[in-house]
This record gives sequence, structure tokens and C-alpha cells, in this order.
Amino acid sequence: MLAMAGLVLGALGVEPLAAFRAMFVAPLDSRYGWGELLLKATPLMLCALGLAPGYRAQIWNLGAEGQLTLGAIAGGAIGAFAAPRLGVFALPSMLLAGTLAGMAWAAIPAYLRTRWSTPELFVSLMLVYVAQLLLSYLVHGPWRDPAGHNFPQSPPIPDSALLPTLADGVRVNIGFGIALALAAAAWWFQRATFASFRLSVAGLAPAAASYAGISERRNVWIAMLCGGGSAGLAGVLEVAGPIGVLQPSISPGYGFTAILVAYVGRLHPVGIVLASLLMSELYLGGESAQLEFRFPAAVSGVMQGALLFFLLGAEFFIQSRLRVTALRHP
Amino acid sequence: MTPRLSLRGVAKRYGEVMANDGISLDVAAGEIHALLGENGAGKSTLIRIIGGLTRPDCGTLEWEGRPVRLQSPAQARALGIGLVFQHFALFDTLTVAENIALALGDRYPRAALSARIREVSATYGLALEPERLIHDLSQGERQRVELVRCLLPAPRLLVLDEPTSVLTPQAVRALFVTLRRLAAEGRSILFVSHKLEEVRELCDVATVLRAGRVRGTAIPRAETAASLARLMLGTEPAVTQREPRTPGATLLSIVGLSTASSPRGGATLRGVDLELRSGEIVGIAGIAGNGQRELEQAISGETLAGETRAGAAGEVRLNGVDVGSLGVAARRRMGLRSVPGQRLGRGAVASMSLAENSVLSGAAAGLVRRGLVQWGAARAVAAAILRRFEVRASGVEARAETLSGGNLQKFLVGREIEFAPSVLVVAQPTWGVDVGAARRIHDALLALRAAGAAVLVFSEDLDELFAICDRLGVLAAGRLSPLEPVGQWSTESIGRRMAGA
Repeated sequence: MLAMAGLVLGALGVEPLAAFRAMFVAPLDSRYGWGELLLKATPLMLCALGLAPGYRAQIWNLGAEGQLTLGAIAGGAIGAFAAPRLGVFALPSMLLAGTLAGMAWAAIPAYLRTRWSTPELFVSLMLVYVAQLLLSYLVHGPWRDPAGHNFPQSPPIPDSALLPTLADGVRVNIGFGIALALAAAAWWFQRATFASFRLSVAGLAPAAASYAGISERRNVWIAMLCGGGSAGLAGVLEVAGPIGVLQPSISPGYGFTAILVAYVGRLHPVGIVLASLLMSELYLGGESAQLEFRFPAAVSGVMQGALLFFLLGAEFFIQSRLRVTALRHP
Repeated sequence: MTPRLSLRGVAKRYGEVMANDGISLDVAAGEIHALLGENGAGKSTLIRIIGGLTRPDCGTLEWEGRPVRLQSPAQARALGIGLVFQHFALFDTLTVAENIALALGDRYPRAALSARIREVSATYGLALEPERLIHDLSQGERQRVELVRCLLPAPRLLVLDEPTSVLTPQAVRALFVTLRRLAAEGRSILFVSHKLEEVRELCDVATVLRAGRVRGTAIPRAETAASLARLMLGTEPAVTQREPRTPGATLLSIVGLSTASSPRGGATLRGVDLELRSGEIVGIAGIAGNGQRELEQAISGETLAGETRAGAAGEVRLNGVDVGSLGVAARRRMGLRSVPGQRLGRGAVASMSLAENSVLSGAAAGLVRRGLVQWGAARAVAAAILRRFEVRASGVEARAETLSGGNLQKFLVGREIEFAPSVLVVAQPTWGVDVGAARRIHDALLALRAAGAAVLVFSEDLDELFAICDRLGVLAAGRLSPLEPVGQWSTESIGRRMAGA
């Protein structure tokens, strides 16, 4: 992985060690940097925690990005238009609405899968683009802030309905705490509940699931609603946190990167917490390298992809042994 | 005269187990030589060595007087050694001729091949149509394909691994005629089996294996089945005692059950009637693939009688209640349990521990409360099963895939018995299990019967069915014969039913 990264950086004409410094050390040399690390890890962690149970059951929700967007729309709308009327209930109702909206968006592929056997993989993925266009329509059209100088933005969410930050001088907010709490809940879910056991059996041995009487339909619903709910929550935490307003772009692809996070974390909550921090670091490193060396933005994407590639490759070689044999002809 | 094949001191170790421990064996030209032994005695390892699939750790192998070192199956074939395995290696969607062509490589031009197949099948009485598709053929016909494929290069030693396990008694008879003719031509046959009567009928010499060693050689015709069994087992064969018992109330009744034909193939049930009463064991004889799995799943609830597919009909009642639309979990709560024929992947999840695998079917029996798995209880249940059925495993945390086939079978049968079912459906209860364990499983089934449960056993092993069942029926081509008391059946009458008469 490191050698490959070195090659890529070398090809870009940069001293690899300096680039590594810029990518991995520089972002964390300040309090603000650490805050950013946790801030970006939050949505990754949330989305990946929600996706993991489904992936264990081989239920492929690739649409966390769309569910995140819907969560942002629903939560952001309440924040931007109804916050003063709701008073102290504004933030809780935003979080609830975001979660439910994410679930509702995930319910579409779940319903189509259980009713018509439509592959949830494609439906959830295509709904990402529907969600993004819906958000774009809303902020360019009906929800555009009249006082916003014609920017495609909703009215700003009042400070009273924004998430409090964890300390002065950082942008990370209590959303990170919520994500950690969800990780603990996911850990308990995986260890203790029969629902999680059913998902694991279905993923490992579908015939055994049928023998055990495990309902595939119920598995699909649980997996999709987990994924949609936590992605929706991640979306509303973004608008109620660092962004503070609805705008055409809410996420730089957190919902997709979360798929990598889930796998790099080996679909285990503790692994996902660590993997989300690693991925967040790669995001920050990519940005910092863009600033310092004028790297193309794609470089951090290449790094993320290479990481997953090498991880899966390592897993393959741990589990199987490569044997070179000559073909013999009789 | 030089023997055709001669083994001296062949040994092969797998981990802690000596699969073969200094085996010596001579097969003469034109001889039908039995290799007799229990499951796990080392027969499979030995024939893999003879077939060039496995290399022995030590020992020598002489072919017609010349020492050889077999490096590959192709080399064994070139010498004139042909292997027919117990499990067929045929492509379902290809024709007979295509399957045979694939195995032979370019040795025969395709046009000539069909003619050769007809010629060989006519010579040995193995009727075959080269242009038919494999999935249209019965098990017996598929075996003929394997045999013909093996005979085309004219082997001088033919190794047959448990060739009769999937055949009806009549098909066994036909196979024996063919094998005798092959032997009369001077070909040698190594006939691997644990069926004593067949060995006595067919074979000239028997080499008996037990725990990886040769325990003796015998002239089977000069022995009795009991004396061969003693040689094979090392102890007196145990006899299962079945007390007479009057059956009670009907627990399971099936009327006119038919299943829809599936696009993926497989058998369809046609008008199956069945009644299972408290305190009896009912056996279903027949070769797997004749609707056994379909019937098992229709009873367990994996396929629902009420499913809206053309051709599906019939009624399944449990304790008088119509359960046609109830799924597996609901029926399990009513006391109906099953042990599927496929163990890894269906009866158990390979990569899960034995404790986790107890939860698989134990959710309805107190291992899950308010949505939470009771891991302590699950481990206790798994430990109880290991103790009661003497399952050899490193503990309740051992993954299912680390158990041998026989031990996993003991665990799966034990798991369902441990949950005290009122109706138990068992597919192939002792398949691949050694004699001691088979005895234990039979005793446990009889204990269930004594406790008033109803047991339905699917088995290909007629001896087993005769030993434990009160009533018997034969399932052939999706039709179930009337269930008659076991005393009214004979091997011949069951065989006629299997053949569809």
C-alpha cells in the first residue's frame, strides 16, 4: 500500500516523504485538525454502522448517500423553517425527522425487493441521484432563501437549533458522541440480539437460514431500515452541524466512502470506528495535499481505493494459498 | 502369476490421523477384490492413492510387476486404472456423449465416439443413449455413464467406490452381471463397500480395513455376514432392540400433497398421503432425488402447501391443525422438528460455533427470549448434546466445519432430539456415521418413540429401516407407496417399488 502510494506520488512529481508528511501528519498538528478528523469521521461512522448488518446478510444497500441526503432535507427543512416555533424541541425533532426520512428512502428498495424481487443494489444506488436532484430542486426553487442573494440555499438554521460543539476552536460537535453511542449500540445488537444472528446466518448460509425458518423479508427490512436510519441521521447531523443550511451539496460522498469503511472495519462496530477515523484522515490528507502540492482532488480517492484493494487482497491471501502448478498433458 | 496391482506398506497421515497405516494388498488379473471397511476405515484414502489423486507418505505400488510412482490421475489412467466415484462427476446440462468426450480429451473424434459408446454399452449390457441429457437420467443410468466413460479406454483395473449406494436392488443385480463379465475378460475389479451381503455375492477375495490397517483377508463366500462384520468392526455387531408398542393418536397427517415442478429441476411430489402416529417410527425407503427433500421440506414448512404455484396441492395437519400456511418457526413451536439430509450449509452453518448452531433451531425452545439470544443457555445445550451423543469436538466453541461428517451428524440429530420434539423428521440419520454412533442414534430415536413421539425416517439404507421402523413406505418418482407394517416388506418388494412398479 505504502509502496504503491509512493509510486503514485512519485509519478505526480512530488517528493513522497514530504507528501506523506503533508497527508498524514500536517492535518493533525493542531487542535482544529483533530476536531476536523472527528467531524469527518462522524458521518462515515454512522453510515457504515448502519450498512454493516445488511452487508453481513448479503443485502446490498449502496444508497447510503441518498438516504443521507434525504435525512439532510427533512432535518434541514425543520431547522430552516420551523425551528423558532419548536423551541427546545427543534433539534430533537430535526434528528428524528432526518432518521425517519433516511429510513423512508431506504424503504423504497426494501419494498421493491420483498414485493417484486428487484435487486436492492441497483434501486438504492439509483435513488442516490434522485435524492440529490430533489435537494437541488428544493434549494434552487421553493426553499430558496429570499434574503440569500440568489444563492441556491435555504434560510440558515438558527444557532439555537445547531448542534453544540465539543470545545472552543473546533467544529466537531456532539454528533460525534451520538455516533460513538450508536457504535456501542451496534456492538450490543451484534452480540446479543436474535435479529443480528438471523442476518449473519442468512449471509453465511442461505439454505441454513431457510431451514432455521428465518424470514428473508424481515431481514431485508431490518437491514435496509438500519442503513437508511443511520445514514439519514448522518445527513441531518451535517446540516445541523458544520453546514448549518441546506445547499446543493451536503456530502462529499460520505455515503459511498462508508461502504469502504464498513469493509475496512470488517463489518464490526469497533473496526468501523477505527476505519472511519482512518478514512477521515485520508480525506483531510487529500485536502491538505491539494493545498500544499496542488494535487488533483482524485488523489485522495486513489488512496482510498488502493487501501480497500490491498485490504481485500491481503484477506484473500490470508485465506487461500497461491500454488503455481504446471499444466500437464496426458 | 504376477498380480496386476500390488501395494506394500502404503501409509498416509492426515494431521493426527493415520488414514492408511502400512497397507499391503494384491489384486490378481480377472479378480473381483472387495475392499471392506466401515466409514473412516481408510478405504477412500487408499483408492485415492491407487487413482493417483493422493501421494502416499511411504510404501510402494507395483503395477504388473513394475514399481510405479503415481504422480497424477492422468498417469494412473494411462497405466490402465479406471476409477468410478460414489458421487458422480457429470455435467447435468450436457449430453452423455459430451460428458464422456470431456473426460477423454481428444483421443476419439466426436463422430466415432457415439458409435464407440453404443458399442461398449451393448457389449456390457449398459443400455445408454449417447444423445440424452444427464439431468433426464436416473441415478442408475448416470452410474452407467460413469462406468462406460471409465470403460472406453479399456482399463485393466476398475476401482468402484460404493457403487451400489444409489441403486435399486434390481439395478444392483444388473451391475453385478456387468462386473462379472468384465472380470471374465481378465479385467481386475476393486469393489469398495461396507455392504456385507453384496461382497459375499460378488467378490472372490476381500481385504478388510479397520482404522487404517488391514485386519485380515477372507474368501467372502466361505464366510458368513456375521463373521465378516466381526472382522470389519472388531467387535460383535450390536443389535438394536425394538420393543413392540401400540401407536397412539395421529400427530401428522398429509393428504394428497403435490408440489409444483421447479424450473431448477428436482423431483415433484404427486399425491402423497401419509399418517404418522404417536409412538411409531415410519420409514421412507428410496433413493435420494425421488422427492425426499421435497417431502421433508413440505413437512418442515420450508415450502408451504398454500404457495400459489401451479400444481401445488394438498393438506398438512399437525395435531389436527391445518399448518399448510405456517412457516418453519411456527411449526417448530408446535413440536415439529427436522434433521435435513444436507448437513453443512443447511443443517448447520459451517463457520459458526456449535453453540451458535444450537440457536439455529433452538430459538423456539428457549434459546431466544424477548429478541435476545441466551448465549449461556445455548452453550449449555450444545455441551449437553456433545456429552449425550459423544460428539468428538474440541468444545462448544468449535466451528461446525471442524467436525468430521459423522460427528456433525451426531450433533445435528442430537440437537433436534435434545429439544424434545413431538414429531421428528430425519433424513439419512446414520449416513457416514460409524457403527457405535449409529447405534446411539437409533437408540435415541427409539427412546423418542417410547416417549410417545412420532418419527419419520428417510433412508437409503434398508437394513436401518428394517431395524428401527414400525411401518415402511417407498418414495419413488415423487409417489409414496402405501405404508405397510415392516414385516410385510422384503428387499425384493421394496426394490420393485423403487423401480416404479
